[in-house]
Amino acid sequence: MRVLAWGFDVFLAAGLLWLAWQALFTPRRFSAVVNFMAFYLLMALVWVRLDAPDIALAEAAIGAGVTGALLLTALGRLPAGSSAGADPRHWQRPLQYLAMAGAGLGVLWLAWAAYHLPRPGLATEVTAVLDATGVSHAVTAVLLNLRAFDTLLEIVIMLAAVVLIWSLGPPLRTFAPATALPGLPALSHLLHPLFLLVPAYLLWRGTHAPGGAFPAGAVMGAGGILLLLTDTAPWIYLRRHRMLLHLLLTAGMALFLAVALGGMLMTGTFFTIPLLLAPMLIMAVEVTTALSIALMLMAFYLYGEPGR
Amino acid sequence: MTEALHWLGCGFVVAGILFFLAGSLGLLRFADVFSRLHALTKADNLGLGLICLGLAFQASGLAEAVKYLLIWLLMLVASGIGATLIASTALACGLVPRKADMPTSSTTIKRSVEK
Amino acid sequence: MPIYLYAVGAMLLLANAGVGAWRILRGPTSADRMLAAEMITTSAIAVLLLLSIVSDQSALVDVALLFALLAAVAMANFVTRTWTLLQDDKEAREEARHD
Repeated sequence: MRVLAWGFDVFLAAGLLWLAWQALFTPRRFSAVVNFMAFYLLMALVWVRLDAPDIALAEAAIGAGVTGALLLTALGRLPAGSSAGADPRHWQRPLQYLAMAGAGLGVLWLAWAAYHLPRPGLATEVTAVLDATGVSHAVTAVLLNLRAFDTLLEIVIMLAAVVLIWSLGPPLRTFAPATALPGLPALSHLLHPLFLLVPAYLLWRGTHAPGGAFPAGAVMGAGGILLLLTDTAPWIYLRRHRMLLHLLLTAGMALFLAVALGGMLMTGTFFTIPLLLAPMLIMAVEVTTALSIALMLMAFYLYGEPGR
Repeated sequence: MTEALHWLGCGFVVAGILFFLAGSLGLLRFADVFSRLHALTKADNLGLGLICLGLAFQASGLAEAVKYLLIWLLMLVASGIGATLIASTALACGLVPRKADMPTSSTTIKRSVEK
Repeated sequence: MPIYLYAVGAMLLLANAGVGAWRILRGPTSADRMLAAEMITTSAIAVLLLLSIVSDQSALVDVALLFALLAAVAMANFVTRTWTLLQDDKEAREEARHD
């Protein structure tokens, strides 16, 4: 059995290295993007092999879904005739080899350092306080109660990214597909209920099994991207919905901050949630955060502020 | 009964893996993007369906079995509609399906003379 | 016994995904490359389903569900927003047909 596991891991690592090399050094940009998407898929498998299904969920949803869509759209926006990248010049080649050697050495050093880390990490400490956090899954407890400050800062970073992307230019003009595609609205209609059901399921699972706000928000965001693609979300472009859009984008962060400050008022320490209210508050924060993340991913995909 | 279902499930999974391998053989060897679309959509989805069916037989409860079948249905929808999308766009972009060589007129004359 | 069978099956399916990677390298048209990406997705779903039995984690079935949903989005995105460029750029069309 161990031989089989080793064989599987060697295959996976070889595939990852090949895909990464192809993604970085192919002259054709579309090949590079497709290799990148396949790389994300194999990375999700790697997280599974490393016993981290939560990260695998988030990686699959964000990497393969939303990042792939963003890259493909960006490719489509490039000016005509630029589908091949430029060849590296002569003086750049030794620098490339130097950079690759440096990266290789860095990876080896990191692997040696990780090998000497104490095992099993912080799992015992977290299990000791799990009953006082309000959820029964260790990863959700760490993300939303024990280290909730980090999660709040991640959401703030995403919001800052939305502002940055929106400040760069107008929203994307709708492309017309090359021919009439009756299958496209059918795809959207058939899959739309599932794009609502699966995030609700993941949010519910987050309290006791891998799941939670980030994968749920990412799947909802992917569903929203499908809506934007098939032009069945005209409400997002309306001027009178601008305020509502801004409100929903910041709702996750606002509720998180309210919970943090409320906890400080009630117990005296920033971000401490009293045990009685913890399950409900964590659920409320998760639902609002998932909604905000979904809208933020759709905002990325719009490439500019709608309704101007 | 559950023992028989267990072995039936294993058989389905093995058949599914074989269909997957057949599909990738088609992806390697077929000459044209349209025929590769064929091989991919039909063989791979059938393989996935057999694997899901086999695992559903061995599932521990109805909810799990329904989840397996849901994955297969989802992949069918995505894959089928995706294949039509790609094929329509390929035709619109000017890719022509590769046709077999037509018989030349000399061979047809020879055959009618032989009769 | 079935655990070993599933582990061997998972390895075979991973080799299957490798065939997809080769097709991304070789495929003359963009459609071939997108096809191959979809085949890697389907193989990855099958690998995850088998791994969930081998390592006895039911969360992997949820990951497989996610993959299936996202394959649809990638496909639709490619057809509407990436390949339309070829419609009005003759050079890129020639390249897509014969490179």
